[in-house]
Amino acid sequence: MTIEILLASAVLAFAVAFIAGLGRVSRFAVIRRVTAVYVELFRGTSLLVQLFWIFFALPAFGIQFSAFLASVVALGLNYGAYGSEIVRGAIIAIPKGQTEASIALNMTNFQRMRLVILPQAFRMMLPGFGNISIELLKGTSLVSLITLTDMTYKGLIIQNSNISYTMPVFVTLLFAYFLVALPLIILARKLEKRSAKGVANA
Amino acid sequence: MSIPEKKLEGTRLFPLKQKKNPIAAFENVKKNYDDVQVLKGVDLNISPGEKLALIGPSGSGKTTMIRMLMTLEKPSSGHIKVEGKYLWHKEVSGGLIPANEKHLREMRQNIGMVFQHFNLFPHMTILRNVTEAPIHVLGLSKEEAHQRAVDMLQKVGLGDKLDAYPAQLSGGQKQRVAIARAVVMQPRIMLFDEVTSALDPELVDEVLQVIKDLAKETDMAMILVTHEMDFARDVADRVVFLHDGQIEEEGKPKDIFENPKSPRLKSFLRRFLKS
Amino acid sequence: MSWDWNFAIEVFPEILGAIWLVIAITFGSFIVALILGLVLTFARRSSFKPLSLLVYAFIEFVRSTPPLVQLFFVYFALPAIGISINKYTAGIVTLGIHYSTYVSEVYRSGIEAIPKGQWEAAKAMNFSKTQTWFRIILPQAIPPVIPMLGNYLIVLFKETPILMAIGVGEFLQKAQLIGSTHFKYLEPITIVGLLFLLLSYPSALLINRLEQKSNQAFTGKKNRRLTNQFHLKSGA
Repeated sequence: MTIEILLASAVLAFAVAFIAGLGRVSRFAVIRRVTAVYVELFRGTSLLVQLFWIFFALPAFGIQFSAFLASVVALGLNYGAYGSEIVRGAIIAIPKGQTEASIALNMTNFQRMRLVILPQAFRMMLPGFGNISIELLKGTSLVSLITLTDMTYKGLIIQNSNISYTMPVFVTLLFAYFLVALPLIILARKLEKRSAKGVANA
Repeated sequence: MSIPEKKLEGTRLFPLKQKKNPIAAFENVKKNYDDVQVLKGVDLNISPGEKLALIGPSGSGKTTMIRMLMTLEKPSSGHIKVEGKYLWHKEVSGGLIPANEKHLREMRQNIGMVFQHFNLFPHMTILRNVTEAPIHVLGLSKEEAHQRAVDMLQKVGLGDKLDAYPAQLSGGQKQRVAIARAVVMQPRIMLFDEVTSALDPELVDEVLQVIKDLAKETDMAMILVTHEMDFARDVADRVVFLHDGQIEEEGKPKDIFENPKSPRLKSFLRRFLKS
Repeated sequence: MSWDWNFAIEVFPEILGAIWLVIAITFGSFIVALILGLVLTFARRSSFKPLSLLVYAFIEFVRSTPPLVQLFFVYFALPAIGISINKYTAGIVTLGIHYSTYVSEVYRSGIEAIPKGQWEAAKAMNFSKTQTWFRIILPQAIPPVIPMLGNYLIVLFKETPILMAIGVGEFLQKAQLIGSTHFKYLEPITIVGLLFLLLSYPSALLINRLEQKSNQAFTGKKNRRLTNQFHLKSGA
């Protein structure tokens, strides 16, 4: 269950991150404002509060999500907001000369983004995305608090059945999370080292 | 600071050959960085009070020599002695064991250094840069350290900058503070590592003048790594020419500069006199 | 069903009542993180290899496992080996340790920005190791990273709701209790969200301002440092 939530919310988070990140650098002020409000709203409040709001409060408007869907939406939107900052940061870090060169080559705005800016910005985003994936994995543990049977919740159930299991259960649980995180950690560190290459510095 | 009797120029002894009690000695010192050998076995004695200029092309190992004497770098083999004691080793019942921090700190009491890039402490005022170590390392009272620092700063012409921060000073002023900072510790040997190389040309003279004055009135030994040949000739008792990690030639400044023997020294000097 | 103002106004003071508890826990854990973070930084730099490797592993482990599970471990599992602490201490300890690993990375970045020449000058002036750290290195390394530390204070503050899992009555648990008794969740949980926004957003703006300021101060320094390095490399 933990892995399912992780994958589903990661897909949502990265999609949202790109849309919102591009929105923040849009030519249209309205789009910039709307995405900025979204980002600040989700970064300014707590993930757990958002999860509870979506699961417990939204039904007041007749929107009833399953615990799984509520979890994916909350995690996706929350880490999408953080991810959008990485996307935005990478795009504005691309030197102005790249934009100017694209204009001089008479590219359209869309071509400029797709062919020149994003390929360079993408490399800069990768380490950030690696780190966000780790944070996302950690975040999935919270879904146990809305009774979704993820790893943490299962651990709690086993621990409840016999008090002498407490120590081994939580130690195992911690190592299980670390084991899932390990490939992400290694990936993130590798990407960090590589990220500097392939980006214009003039 | 106690100023010793000024020695008369002509009566100075020039310790060309081995002297009885050198204050510092290099004994077949070698230094490798990975597979590059920058020092290929150097023997050199420095006498108490001697002013020694180390000259030579970039990469010849001059800076490495004094950095090892300051314990910033460790020789790959060979020994350095200061006041007859091993710098990097401790003598225990006949044998030698690698020096611990305590031994190194004891040895460093004898040595001071002025760096190419000043390395002033940017978060401290000029005065604190100069009083910090006397108070916390030598254990002087605040009043005494303050007095010593102010005297020294006045001597280098910065008596009006006590409360300024390093960032507010010119390069020449910074380097004069760095000299004052090292001198107030009253070491027996002072090391100068290309102290004018990072300075704008018009600021070089003020720093050289401070060092010349200091050399005249102090009984500290001084080792000057420098590219300023006129300065080396004026200040030094002895000049050592280093080439490719070895001592190629040494002698009195007059001999070295007016009558160089080795072809390498000759071509080195020719290049310098041209520029 | 929709937003009920009377209900919202009625329950607001009750939720807000937890503010001192939340602030105490936030700053309590932050202080733990600041101090433990420094200890980790030193241990990480130790020349005794096993220690520095162990600390490196500890940092990676704690940083990549969920604080919620760590909280359960501290509160439920530690008593099994005879270490029993109350829920408030458990919360402060868990969040403090978790964020100490982030804080230590921040310290590390600050320390690594100090030019080598400062260490060498400290040696040449014959300062002891302790003196070098506390008189020369840290006074230069810490000020530029204060904004980054401030960011983690806010992140930590936003992490406090997980403490409801062990029954620490902070904002969210209060709201949850009110919600379950009245069977009305919208208002209390929205209020909690607004409280977080109200407290964290202005702090974040403040830190941004601070960061811009210190960036300006830092670029000046950084340039100097870069040229220093350049000279070191190109020099003898």
